[in-house]
Amino acid sequence: MMGTGEVMTLLDVQGVNVVYEPNRGTRIWSVREVDLVLKQGEFVGLVGESGCGKSTLGFALTRMLRAPARLENGVIQFGGVDVASLSGEVLRRQRRNGFAIVLQSGMNALNPVRNVEDHFADILKAHARSGERHPRAAVRRRGAELLGKVRLDPDVLAKFPFELSGGMRQRVSIALVLALEPRMIVFDEPTTALDVIVQKAVMKTIQELQQESGFTAILISHDLGVVLESTNRVMVMYAGRIVEDQPSKGLVRGLHHPYTEALLHCYADPRAEEIHLAGIPGSPADLSLPLSGCAFAPRCPLVQDICWKVVPPLAPLGGGLAACHVRAPSDKVTGAKEVAAKVAQT
Amino acid sequence: MSIVTSVPPPTVPGAAVQIPPARPSSIPGPFQFLGRSLRTLWANGKARIGLVILGLDILVALLAPLIAPHSPSATTFPPYLSPNGTNWFGTTGNGQDVFSQMIYGARISLLVGIIAGAVATFVAVTIGLIAGYRPGIIDEVLSFVTNLALVIPGLPLMFILAAYLKSRSVWTIVLVVAFTSWATGARVIRSQASTLRTREFVTSAQFSGERLFRVVFREILPNMTSLVAGSFFAAATAAVMAEASLEFLGLGDPNTVSWGTILYYAQQQNALLTGQWVMIFAPGLAIALLALSFTLVNFGVDALSNPRLREKS
Amino acid sequence: MNYVVRKGTLFLITLWGAITLNFLLPRLMPGSPVDAALARLASSGVPITNAERQAVEIQLGSPHASLLSQYGDYLSGIVHLNFGSSYSFPSETVAQTIGKAAPWTLGLVGVTTIVAFIIGTLLGVYAGWRRGKTADTTVTLGATFLAAFPPFWLGLLLLYVLAFKLSLFPIKGGYNPGETPNLSPSFLADAVYHSILPALTLAITTLSGWVFGMRNNMINTLGEDYVTFAEANGLRTRTIALLYAARNAILPNVTAFGLSLGAVVGGSVLVEGVFSYPGLGNLLYIAVSNHDFPLMQALFLVITVSMLVAIFVVDLLYVRLDPRVRQA
Repeated sequence: MMGTGEVMTLLDVQGVNVVYEPNRGTRIWSVREVDLVLKQGEFVGLVGESGCGKSTLGFALTRMLRAPARLENGVIQFGGVDVASLSGEVLRRQRRNGFAIVLQSGMNALNPVRNVEDHFADILKAHARSGERHPRAAVRRRGAELLGKVRLDPDVLAKFPFELSGGMRQRVSIALVLALEPRMIVFDEPTTALDVIVQKAVMKTIQELQQESGFTAILISHDLGVVLESTNRVMVMYAGRIVEDQPSKGLVRGLHHPYTEALLHCYADPRAEEIHLAGIPGSPADLSLPLSGCAFAPRCPLVQDICWKVVPPLAPLGGGLAACHVRAPSDKVTGAKEVAAKVAQT
Repeated sequence: MSIVTSVPPPTVPGAAVQIPPARPSSIPGPFQFLGRSLRTLWANGKARIGLVILGLDILVALLAPLIAPHSPSATTFPPYLSPNGTNWFGTTGNGQDVFSQMIYGARISLLVGIIAGAVATFVAVTIGLIAGYRPGIIDEVLSFVTNLALVIPGLPLMFILAAYLKSRSVWTIVLVVAFTSWATGARVIRSQASTLRTREFVTSAQFSGERLFRVVFREILPNMTSLVAGSFFAAATAAVMAEASLEFLGLGDPNTVSWGTILYYAQQQNALLTGQWVMIFAPGLAIALLALSFTLVNFGVDALSNPRLREKS
Repeated sequence: MNYVVRKGTLFLITLWGAITLNFLLPRLMPGSPVDAALARLASSGVPITNAERQAVEIQLGSPHASLLSQYGDYLSGIVHLNFGSSYSFPSETVAQTIGKAAPWTLGLVGVTTIVAFIIGTLLGVYAGWRRGKTADTTVTLGATFLAAFPPFWLGLLLLYVLAFKLSLFPIKGGYNPGETPNLSPSFLADAVYHSILPALTLAITTLSGWVFGMRNNMINTLGEDYVTFAEANGLRTRTIALLYAARNAILPNVTAFGLSLGAVVGGSVLVEGVFSYPGLGNLLYIAVSNHDFPLMQALFLVITVSMLVAIFVVDLLYVRLDPRVRQA
């Protein structure tokens, strides 16, 4: 049954490309012609192997790309505003109540010579509207409140980063981002450098936060297990393109893009008598060559003639989309918006 | 439970990255390494300029007898001459041709710079490696000595040593300079060695039974080549300046001709007042250019070891 | 607390090391500095009393007493500031000579070093922040070029162009000849006027070291995660550049500051020599030229001890800058 109002589209990305142009070396496209649509409140996972472009995409969406990486073409509509063309002060302002990113395992994300309270003060002052003042007492109150949301004590405010553990630093990073009241947060491998127990605790916190505050979350990870547990929608990336877009629950069953299937086969059931570890034959795609056909063709067990010639668009497969001529054939490009609406309903 | 791996070999020559097979080379290893390093240095804009200047200096020094029009010490010319047809840079108060002195002077400056730099670096590497690799009392003692050598002001110590020592040859200068400049390099090398010591590849070499000597020279040192090279160029720069300073103060060998002694005599003979500005300008510029060339090459060496510093040229 | 205790102990031990080195140096040198010194003293008209001979021997080495007892006398001589007489200035004790020259050097070198440090650091921050752009290349090339100038050569050039040819500045000295040093405003103004060229020379030659160090530190710091995170959180550019990048990049420079004082002191010897500026550097120049061993010994001691004290002060300052060492 539909709700009283339609859920807003928050992020509408079309045709985004990211190219790396090192000084002496070949140009590499790490994100190629990516379209995606996110609604407010979704918790989306972005998975793929190292080098598939997921972190780059995350940075592109939050306008954090740095030389030699460059956003080439593409429209990034965030809440109706095209942020791909913003820069300078306008872009900076966009970061309040806009998009934000939490870096890989906040080990080094905090300024070593400033304590946690200073960090909060810096953020609050940076985004103060004219006339807004932030006296220390107010900063402390807000800081304590935000720390509480990530299950940390207020006395963390007085501490310096080197006095905190890795997990605590990661939570502080999240709390700082929350101070921006963002509508979307990208979590870039938030638990990779943490041990499994801390990992679970931090992911639980992120999930609860997402449900409480309702921000759209993009979880970037190479760990399929973590993603499937926490998110309600998963996108699989290969060679800079999104090759599958499914509700998380539907990923473990049914037919999928051959790459997704191969990924799933890499996870073995620890209770089985005999474990077959299947690798994926072939080598990763050469990203310095322009797109021609499906990037997975050289390694695909289902490959056909058309796969080498035509780039497969995202077409309906099961409860979501897949970019595969064999599994999800399509004569025309299905509107990404319509299908995203379908996915949100399941 | 058994684990069966089934990774079928690649059957399709796909669009995977092709790595061309390495061609076997006939050039021996160390020379290949040198060639590669020179090529990388050459690619760096600043280092290239430095290499060119250095090359010119070396050339002048080697070919001095061929290039210099007269003997540098012959007092056959009228003194205090301004630059003219025979004496392009004029003459000194003793009637010597300044231009020839400048040409021959390159030899001493290069010699002292390179040799003192090399000796200082050798000492620095030895002490740094031993201190970094052997924690405990050896490290403490060596570190203390290094710190002491660091805080003691180098130039004043050099002046005093040179003043005490009776003999006044070039080798005295080399020793004095090397003695006072090893400490900075030693500290840097020690800290890098002690970082490398705890890295896995060293531990695994130790466990596989390699002796200390081999571990140090086969595993640790190759990872520090750019650091050592950087140390050498920094020491050489300091040595060139130090040698000039010593000569200028009259602590050098008054019989050898070097750029510093030219300046010394210029000062003694009040070249400022006799209008012989070339005698002041030329040697100083030459010293500055030589020191500059070492520094510029060091830029390239820095960029070798720290990719973030590589130029966007 | 721990950090302060550690640095304090290090200071004391290094102080002892430097004093002892100063004690050993003349005794390790070939020849007999004592006889040479006594001969020169005699020829410059200083009466060689027993006290005089003793003072020289304490400084430079006695053939009679044991090393240990010499050491004891040496240490007590230091405590009483008794360094004997020098033959370059036969009418006063070494202590007096040094005392007169010290304020000049403190003024010149002290002020110049601090100014060069500040300007060099700021330029380095600027160059590092605008890395790769014209500003960076200009600053870097300029600093490289200036760094290669031997200090005495730069001094000579400035002297020639600005003082000799253009008569903008005095040619030598710290004050007008014929005047006696006092604290009147006109004298002070004159002193400042005389110190501009030497200060300029020193500042230019020491500036570049700071520029490079700071620029490299900035470039490294700018690659750190916390700078990226600060930018992602929309902090103002100025806040990031100063409070996040520069504030961290400056730390290695501060530790290097103390050690670089040695180079500054060395440079000041040459610069003061060229300008005949009446400071400690010039004294050392005279002492070395005259082989005036007693003066050399005392000067070396004074210079080294001052440097150690300065380094210790900088170490104490560092605690305020970097919270991580407070627990060390």
